[in-house]
Amino acid sequence: MEIIRSNAGVLLDGLTTTILLTVLGYLGALVVGIVVAIFRVSPIAPLRAVGTVYVEFFRNVPLLSLLILVAFGLPDAGLLLPLFWCGVVSLIASGSAFVCESVRSGINTVSLGQSEAARALGMGFGQQLRLVILPQALASMVQPLVNVLIGTLIGSSLCSAIGISEITNVTQQLNIKYAEAVLLFLVSGVAYLVMALGSGALGGVLERRVARSSHQRRQVQA
Amino acid sequence: MSTQPSQRILFDEPGPRGRRTIALATVAVALLIIALVIVVLAQLDAHDQLEPQKWFFFTQPGFATYMAYGIVGTFRATLVAAVFAFPFGLLLALGRLTRQPLVHAVCVGWVEFFRSIPMLLVVYAFLLALPSYGLNLDIYWKLVIPMILVNSATTAEVFRAGILAVEKGQSEAAQSLGMSARMTMALVVLPQALRLVLPNLLTQLVSLLKDSTLGYVVSYPELMERGRILTSYTHYLLQTYTIVAVIYVLLNFGLTRLAGYLQSRGNRKSAGHRGSRTELAATTMA
Repeated sequence: MEIIRSNAGVLLDGLTTTILLTVLGYLGALVVGIVVAIFRVSPIAPLRAVGTVYVEFFRNVPLLSLLILVAFGLPDAGLLLPLFWCGVVSLIASGSAFVCESVRSGINTVSLGQSEAARALGMGFGQQLRLVILPQALASMVQPLVNVLIGTLIGSSLCSAIGISEITNVTQQLNIKYAEAVLLFLVSGVAYLVMALGSGALGGVLERRVARSSHQRRQVQA
Repeated sequence: MSTQPSQRILFDEPGPRGRRTIALATVAVALLIIALVIVVLAQLDAHDQLEPQKWFFFTQPGFATYMAYGIVGTFRATLVAAVFAFPFGLLLALGRLTRQPLVHAVCVGWVEFFRSIPMLLVVYAFLLALPSYGLNLDIYWKLVIPMILVNSATTAEVFRAGILAVEKGQSEAAQSLGMSARMTMALVVLPQALRLVLPNLLTQLVSLLKDSTLGYVVSYPELMERGRILTSYTHYLLQTYTIVAVIYVLLNFGLTRLAGYLQSRGNRKSAGHRGSRTELAATTMA
C-alpha cells in the first residue's frame, strides 16, 4: 500500500491521461463517425464510396497496427505529431468507423413507412429527421454507442505500447521498479473495471431515458 | 438508384432538379478526392517515400517468406486461441444461464471482469508479474493465454445472446415431450443457438486476429512483430507498417464479409418463421 501512496501522483497522472485519451478519442469519434455516416447515406456516389472505404479500413485494422503506423510510420512522410495526439487520432479513426455503423444501423431500424408518412405530411428534411427519424433511431443507437465508449477506454491501453504513459504504462513501469505485481495490477485493473462498468451503467440510464422520452413524445403526438 | 434502406428512409426519390444537383456534386466531390490523392502523393514524394524499392522490397523472396512466416504466426495464435476460447465461452454462457447461484455468480464475475479490463494489462501480468511468482511460460502462451481469457468473456456474451434468441416455444415443446432441462438444452436449444451465432463467432475471430497483434509487445513472431523487426533492417517504417496494416484489413475484411454472407443466408432461411434475427454483433475495437 505504501507504494501506491508514494506514487499516487504518477498513478493519478496515468489515470488522467487514460481518461483524456478516452474522452477526446470518443468525442472525436462521435463527430467524425456521424460525418462518415452522412457520407455513407448521401445521394452522391463518390462520397458513399469514400465512406465505405473509410469504414472498412478502420473497422478492420487492428488498433495497435494503426497506432504504430501513425506514431512511427507517418513521421517519415513529414507528419510528426506528439505521441499523445497520435493516440487520440488513432482512437478517433478506429472509433469513428464503429460510430458510423451504429448510427447507420440505428437509422435502418426506423421503418420506411415512418419517413414516407412524414414526407407525405409535407415535412422538410430537418423536421423529418428531428421529429420522426431520430427519436426512434436514438433508442437503438445508445447501447452500441456506449460499447464504442468502452471500446475506446480499453483501446486506450494500447497507447502504452507506443510509449504514452497512461495507466497501463504507468503500472508496468512501477512494476519494473518495485516488483509489486499483484498490488499494482490489481489497482489499475480495478480502475478500468470501475470506469467500464460505470460507462455501462450510465449507458443503461441513458437508454431508459431516451426510450421513455421518445415514448412520451409519441403519446403526446398521438 | 437508392438501394440502401437508410437512404430511402432519409431521402425521397430525387426530381429532375435534384438529379442535376446530385450530378454536379458528384463531379465536384470526385475532383476533390482526386485533388486530395494528389496532395498526399506530393507530400510522400517530397519526403522521398515513393521510391519503388521502398515499396517493393518485400517482393524479394527473402523478405516475402519472412513476412509469410509472420502471417503463419498470426494464424497459429488466432486459431489456437479460438479453439480454447470458444468452448470456454460456451461453458461460461451456460454457467451464466443456470439457476445454480454459485456457478452463476462466478460466471457473471468472470465475464464482467475480463470484458472490462484491457488485454494489454493481462499480457503485462503474464509477461512481467507472474514470472516473479515462478510462472514463466513460453512466449507463445504469454500471448495466447491472455487472448483466451479476454475473448472467453466476449464469446460468452455472444453464446448467451444466441441461446436467449432461440424461441421459447422450442424449449417449452421439448419439455412437454418430457425432456429434462439438460436434454432440452443439449438437443433442442443449443443446436439452434449455434447456427444463430455462427456469423457472430466469425466476428469474434476478427477480434482474436486483432488481439494477436499484441505479439508485438511480447515479441512473439507474428505479422506485427515481424514487421517491426524488418523495419530495424530496412528503415522503411512507413511502407512496412502500411503493408502490415493492409494485410490485416484484407484478412479481417474477408472474415467480416463471410460473416455478413452467413448472416443474410440465415435470415433468408428463417424468414417467415421468425421476425428479426439477432443483429450481427459489432467487433471490438482493439
